[in-house]
Amino acid sequence: MFNVERWQEIFETLRKNKLRTFLTGLSVASGIFILVILLGFSSGIENGVTSEFQQDATNEIFVRTRITTKGYKGLNPGRRIQLKDEDFAMVSNNYDEFLEYRTANYSIWGGQVAYKNETGNYRVQGVLPDNQFIENADIGKGRFINFSDVNDNRKVAVIGNKVSQDLFKAENPIEKYISIFGIPYKVVGVYFDPGGEREESQVFLPLTSARAAFNGGDNIRNMSFTVKMSENFDEAVALSKNVTEAIEADLKEKLIIAPDDTAAIRVNNTLEEAQKIYSLIDTIKAVFWFIGIGTIIAGVVGVGNIMIIIVKERTKEIGIRKALGAIPASIIGMILQEAIFVTMFSGLFGLIAGLAVLEIAGPYVDSPFIKFPQVDFGTAITTVFILVIAGAFAGFLPAYRAAKIKPIVALRDE
Amino acid sequence: MIQIKDLHKSYHMGSNSLHVLKGINFNVKEGELVSIMGSSGSGKSTLLNILGMLDEADEGSYVLDGVPIKNLNEKVAAKYRNEFLGFIFQSFNLINYKSAVDNVALPMFYKGIARKERVEKARHYLEKVGLADWGHHLPSELSGGQKQRVAIARALASEPKVLLADEPTGALDTTTSYEVMDLIQGINDEGKTILVVTHEDDIAHMTKRIVNLKDGIIIDDSPVEQVRAKQYV
Repeated sequence: MFNVERWQEIFETLRKNKLRTFLTGLSVASGIFILVILLGFSSGIENGVTSEFQQDATNEIFVRTRITTKGYKGLNPGRRIQLKDEDFAMVSNNYDEFLEYRTANYSIWGGQVAYKNETGNYRVQGVLPDNQFIENADIGKGRFINFSDVNDNRKVAVIGNKVSQDLFKAENPIEKYISIFGIPYKVVGVYFDPGGEREESQVFLPLTSARAAFNGGDNIRNMSFTVKMSENFDEAVALSKNVTEAIEADLKEKLIIAPDDTAAIRVNNTLEEAQKIYSLIDTIKAVFWFIGIGTIIAGVVGVGNIMIIIVKERTKEIGIRKALGAIPASIIGMILQEAIFVTMFSGLFGLIAGLAVLEIAGPYVDSPFIKFPQVDFGTAITTVFILVIAGAFAGFLPAYRAAKIKPIVALRDE
Repeated sequence: MIQIKDLHKSYHMGSNSLHVLKGINFNVKEGELVSIMGSSGSGKSTLLNILGMLDEADEGSYVLDGVPIKNLNEKVAAKYRNEFLGFIFQSFNLINYKSAVDNVALPMFYKGIARKERVEKARHYLEKVGLADWGHHLPSELSGGQKQRVAIARALASEPKVLLADEPTGALDTTTSYEVMDLIQGINDEGKTILVVTHEDDIAHMTKRIVNLKDGIIIDDSPVEQVRAKQYV
């Protein structure tokens, strides 16, 4: 395997057939190239979708209300449904054992936020402390809203990183006062969100003080929960689905909404959506592997074909070698080594070309559902293994044929 | 060196069976230079192929240097060929992309000799056949006579017990043929056993014994007065 002469022979035969070698190599190289690009994009899709999901917790159940569309129990359609604290309390109590985090939110529309001369419009919401986890907010500076803030009606605010950059520039916003519709709030924290700028341009206030300042009474605009995750993803999805349906039924009964009125109250659960998307990603991945492997097979068949021709062309030479004392194994080794070398070399070329394209172009790809396509080290190693195996397959039949050549037939003078 | 007893060989082509060798009995002692003659179809090439372990007999025994040659698998046959035999072919059968030195070194490669020693020995044998300065040339850059000399050097390189030459002068003109025969005679003078298959009378008379084959049997086996090729060169 490692002797110089064998390698010299391989290079010599390849050099003598430059075009043939080039074309054969090209088919394998493009196969691997396509596989790498496809795998890169499947990881890009995964990255993109995952980061879409990461802006909020994936196990979220979100409740919001609108206007009834159906009359029910003597009530007319077109009634606005308003959630109250007691609704939140009911859901929290009824499903306490299944829920991990819970928050009730009160939004202040067109939230004009100002610091000194800087102003901006941001989503302003009164929330409960658990909102931090439901929103997937990472505290960068200071802290999030806590229960004391809520219980004591404190006028404090937690702002997104974008808000901080817009209003405070390089200044440290902690302990500074921002004004919302002219009411001063003390900034106690700045948060980051994997969902990006849009998610970071929000301001959170304690639910109680937000409502007090903006005449909210005990109204709730919407509420969010997360279900407890179990080890098994499928179980978690099932639980999430059941809890979602039960909450919807409870609220419909309590708020007197027709059971088939889908517009008046919406209870969404992200986990089920997530499961669909993840299984979609898996399917896309499988399809990409399939296409890539298929392309490689086409390339390998090409190599095998060429090797068969090579064996045919070298029949006489193989006969001579056998007459001089070459054992079948050494003939097989010779052909196999050449096949593996051609596949490996051109395959690695395709692999490196593919990786280079992803490396150079990848960082510029940042659309909502395809983000930073890349191929990790493990995948690269897997493709290299595929190459070696493919090369061996490509060489096997020709090598077997070569070993079967009878010197007496090969050496017969035509 | 070679003992052959009652050797039979048939070829089957479809429903026809062609009995090529019909009981050959034949011994060769060490140091002999024997020519096997016969018209085409007499079975001389078949006999040589069996002697060269490229083909196997249907019946009869073949003992080479005390080793019975029977039911060999490919691996053992390859090993015996490498150890016992040197081949010289009519069409030279050099590997055309290898230089003369590399061609001569090839049997030693299969013997497992280290590269440096191989090249050294190959040069030595090329010198012996008078091609010391042609070592780095490819076969395509050599004349017919030179190619056959390289082939002879290659046959000698594995230090075989027996040299088998199948029409070694068949593709050469008269002068070159005699040069090659002179070389073969020289090698025989050093004590090497050599079998030459030929259908040319003058070539056969340059050996020491002529075995005449006709229709698969030996019709004549007699020593001859050796004609030295030197006088024609």
